[in-house]
Amino acid sequence: MTIGIMGEKLGMTRVFDKKGDSIPVTVILAGPCPVIQLKDKEKDGYKAVQLGFKEIKKKKISKPLLGHFNKVKIAPLKYLREFKVEDIYTISPDTEIKVDIFQEGERVNVTGISKGKGFAGAIKRHNFAGGPKTHGQKEYHRAVGSLGATDAQRVFKGKKLAGHMGEDKVKIKNLEVVRVDSERNLILLKGSVPGAKGTILTINKTV
Amino acid sequence: MVDYIDQINQEQVKNESNLFMPGDTVEVYQKIIEGNKERIQVFTGIVIAKKHNKNQEYFTVRKVSKGVGVEKIFPLHSPSIEKIVVLKKGKVRRAKLYYLRERVGKKSVVKEKR
Repeated sequence: MTIGIMGEKLGMTRVFDKKGDSIPVTVILAGPCPVIQLKDKEKDGYKAVQLGFKEIKKKKISKPLLGHFNKVKIAPLKYLREFKVEDIYTISPDTEIKVDIFQEGERVNVTGISKGKGFAGAIKRHNFAGGPKTHGQKEYHRAVGSLGATDAQRVFKGKKLAGHMGEDKVKIKNLEVVRVDSERNLILLKGSVPGAKGTILTINKTV
Repeated sequence: MVDYIDQINQEQVKNESNLFMPGDTVEVYQKIIEGNKERIQVFTGIVIAKKHNKNQEYFTVRKVSKGVGVEKIFPLHSPSIEKIVVLKKGKVRRAKLYYLRERVGKKSVVKEKR
């Protein structure tokens, strides 16, 4: 895998392409992400590059974490993520990964935490049909229905029921890069990405 | 914090939004790309509505072609719009002229502003 970048979802808008067509885009404030640590096979057991994103006040982080930043002489950052990279030696420490690692027209995968829906019923969570709305029905409109056969005498594990929905790690694959603005550290992707405004996303190149 | 989305929308602004008003008769010159060829199509009609999303305005033009009403919605800042020419200023008392859809003949004519 090649290296990716971290970003913050700002929201959606539309831009025009050369033909004059309107394209829906998500605007992401991506990078600059300084390289905090290179992990190698001998010492750490796996190869990875640790990146940081979004500056934060010194007093907001713990002292052990502050020491981690002081080691590479970088101002404290709020978010740390690792990217599994095969040849970590191509990336030199004390550099910044910027949004210009992507080009227009390229395809990327985006990972983030989706919007939370709370305790959701089976209709919303698993697309159940629910009960009939009319014809003498009473209080049986959004119910789950049968939980299983009678001879089993128990409910099988994994039965689709009501429960907590959303706030899952979601990956959206193969999004087109519409525009890269390295001056303002912005990347515009065609279509939607997981999460609300302000969600921290990781953007990877498609393999 | 800087509103980057607002900035991106601002950069695409091309035409002035108060160039014409609902009730005006306009000519819209639209670039149309077919394969490698490029040509300009002119759409003439009455502006019956304008949508005022900030920096993302749209307008609707209506004409009657061979007895059939035709409406086209244009994004005001679309790069495919070459130019917009105002032919006549209309005298109307509403912002949305959807009532013209039900009118035929002399009643469907918008009075000219003098």
